[in-house]
Amino acid sequence: MLLYLARRLFQAVVVMLVVSLIAFVLFRFVGDPVTQMLGQDATAADRARVAAALGLDQPAYIQYLRFLEQAAHGDFGRSLKLGRPVAELLAERVPATIELSLFAAGLAILVGVPLGVRTAIVRRGLVSRSLLTLSLVGISLPTFFLGVLLILVFSVTLGWLPSYGRGDTVALGWWRTGFLTVDGWRHLVLPGITLALFQLALVLRLVRAEMLEVMRTDFVKFARARGLKPAAVYFRHALRNALMPVVTIIGLQLGSIIAFALITETVFQWPGMGLLFAQSVAFADVPVMAAYLCLIALVFVTINLVVDLAYLAIDPRLRDGRLTTSVKGT
Amino acid sequence: MALLEIRDLAVDFVTRRRRVRALDGISLDIDAGEIVGMVGESGAGKSLTGAAVIGLLVPPGRISGGEIRLDGQAITGLGEAAMRRIRGRRIGTIFQDPLTALNPLLTVGEQLVETITTHLPMSRAAARKRAIALLEETGIPSAGRRIDHYPHQFSGGMRQRVVIALALAGDPQVIIADEPTTALDVSVQAQILDLLRRLCRDHDAAVLLITHDLGVVAETADRVAVMYAGRIVETGPTAAIMGRPRHPYTAGLMRAIPTVGDLRPRLAQIGGAMPRPGALPHGCAFGPRCPAARPDCTAAAPVPIRHGDVLVACRHPDLTEAA
Ligand SMILES: Nc1ncnc2c1ncn2[C@@H]1O[C@H](COP(=O)(O)OP(=O)(O)OP(=O)(O)O)[C@@H](O)[C@H]1O
Ligand SMILES: [Mg+2]
Repeated sequence: MLLYLARRLFQAVVVMLVVSLIAFVLFRFVGDPVTQMLGQDATAADRARVAAALGLDQPAYIQYLRFLEQAAHGDFGRSLKLGRPVAELLAERVPATIELSLFAAGLAILVGVPLGVRTAIVRRGLVSRSLLTLSLVGISLPTFFLGVLLILVFSVTLGWLPSYGRGDTVALGWWRTGFLTVDGWRHLVLPGITLALFQLALVLRLVRAEMLEVMRTDFVKFARARGLKPAAVYFRHALRNALMPVVTIIGLQLGSIIAFALITETVFQWPGMGLLFAQSVAFADVPVMAAYLCLIALVFVTINLVVDLAYLAIDPRLRDGRLTTSVKGT
Repeated sequence: MALLEIRDLAVDFVTRRRRVRALDGISLDIDAGEIVGMVGESGAGKSLTGAAVIGLLVPPGRISGGEIRLDGQAITGLGEAAMRRIRGRRIGTIFQDPLTALNPLLTVGEQLVETITTHLPMSRAAARKRAIALLEETGIPSAGRRIDHYPHQFSGGMRQRVVIALALAGDPQVIIADEPTTALDVSVQAQILDLLRRLCRDHDAAVLLITHDLGVVAETADRVAVMYAGRIVETGPTAAIMGRPRHPYTAGLMRAIPTVGDLRPRLAQIGGAMPRPGALPHGCAFGPRCPAARPDCTAAAPVPIRHGDVLVACRHPDLTEAA
């Protein structure tokens, strides 16, 4: 098991190195930082001085190592557009994205899993069939379209919910949360649903498919043949086994929720990292872009590791590793 | 009155387009303390009979005729909730494949305790004691420690003992064992059959032992029911049937048993294949494969006729040659 973990950890490090290399190439070769800092008509001497100060006269691999070292300390330089340290900018924006993503993921799981179970247990019937059709719609509807549609109906036409920003927030140390105010929750509803719907539909269909699969297995039939109550058969035996692959997908989806929050944040002007990134692309604000790239990669890699650990927690067969897969003899 | 009585049971698969009869006129009694072996080749309807008895036919299959009585009380037509209280509590089921019958994510103790507390008014602590006792009874060494192990930590034979312990958890009067040894090594098979015999005696249970292996039946069962294409073609005491099979299908099955030390290829396989339900030939379903068929065999399905202790559904049982 330790070997397994070590291998996963090693993979994670490799992925991070590759991404940081891409970020570095972007950082170093897209645009010309010296020109951006000094303007077009600086003298050659000035340019050389600034280039040396930035370490641009060193060989590329030295520069990459320095980039790595600084990145490891959270130092991605200053935003070209805003002139403030990138790390500071991102730290300000992280809470908004995390809270939106958590809300969306929670919604997708808390609604998607029970509905998936329901449609697996009661396969016929109007409710199950409509849910399945709706879930198809949820999967195929583009996020920005859904966002605009919701704004049109609930903000513009009905005027029930705000469509812009986070609303009132409360500071908990450096973390500004919208979870503690009514206004914050009201602002969360529309972007939260927009971000959640695709994931919800995915979770529903996945849970349903896995449940149907597991309910055909011998151990579920045996559980029935022992006269266990339906709740025990469905949840203790079937759902638990069905959740194995679901946990993986949900975990990986959490990464994409955070990454794809970008679109939702843009539609709803939600002041998160995604919006910051979208704005920095427009200005070719390379340090911000590079930092965002590394951060998202870190999120994905971390989530992958957590999913692996969750597997170990759920499945006793993995916990023992290959050491005691079977005790031979009768 | 037998503990389990099956009377004229018929099972149909009903779809919008057609209705296929998969079991027809199944009648069988099993007394307390008795093992009845049910044999027949694949697709004969053995598992279907077991599923009908515990009320777990998979749609579109359903009981469309006859009656099943448990201790004198009809259980056909009971609602799902009532049926659930019979399953595991009064009729225990042993599954074929011990590798897939246990939930891999729960310890055997968790699965036992949950089954016990579902059926018997016991605290968890008492249920755990009973679970350990059951594991000991089914022959699992150091049961007090093994109870907290997961299924994958047991060998195939040991797992089958766990499956049997689970089937016994609610102290049922009737046990249906569907091919309990098919998935096991020959040496382990004998042990499991021994265990089954002992449990039947100690619990005074009625056991329906389903198998396609007449050798297993000869060793274990008090009585035999031979199934062919959804019907019982011959039934009676094991010794009587093994000594003198009257139905040509039974005789064919017996010739197919490899005897110990006999390394010749099995010459006497029955030629042809068993017809599927819904595609039965006219008259006797075995007719087209029968070495002793006569023109009148295609007239109508033969009704069972009594010969001493044995019931045979064949018009010409005297033409059958013994093994
Ligand atoms: N949904 C269905 N529709 C029609 N026929 C079915 C359906 N399900 C099962 N059957 C038929 O029921 C018959 C009896 O099957 P059953 O499982 O009882 O056989 P078995 O005697 O237990 O065989 P085996 O030794 O392979 O376990 C088979 O011939 C099968 O084709
Ligand atoms: Mg079968």
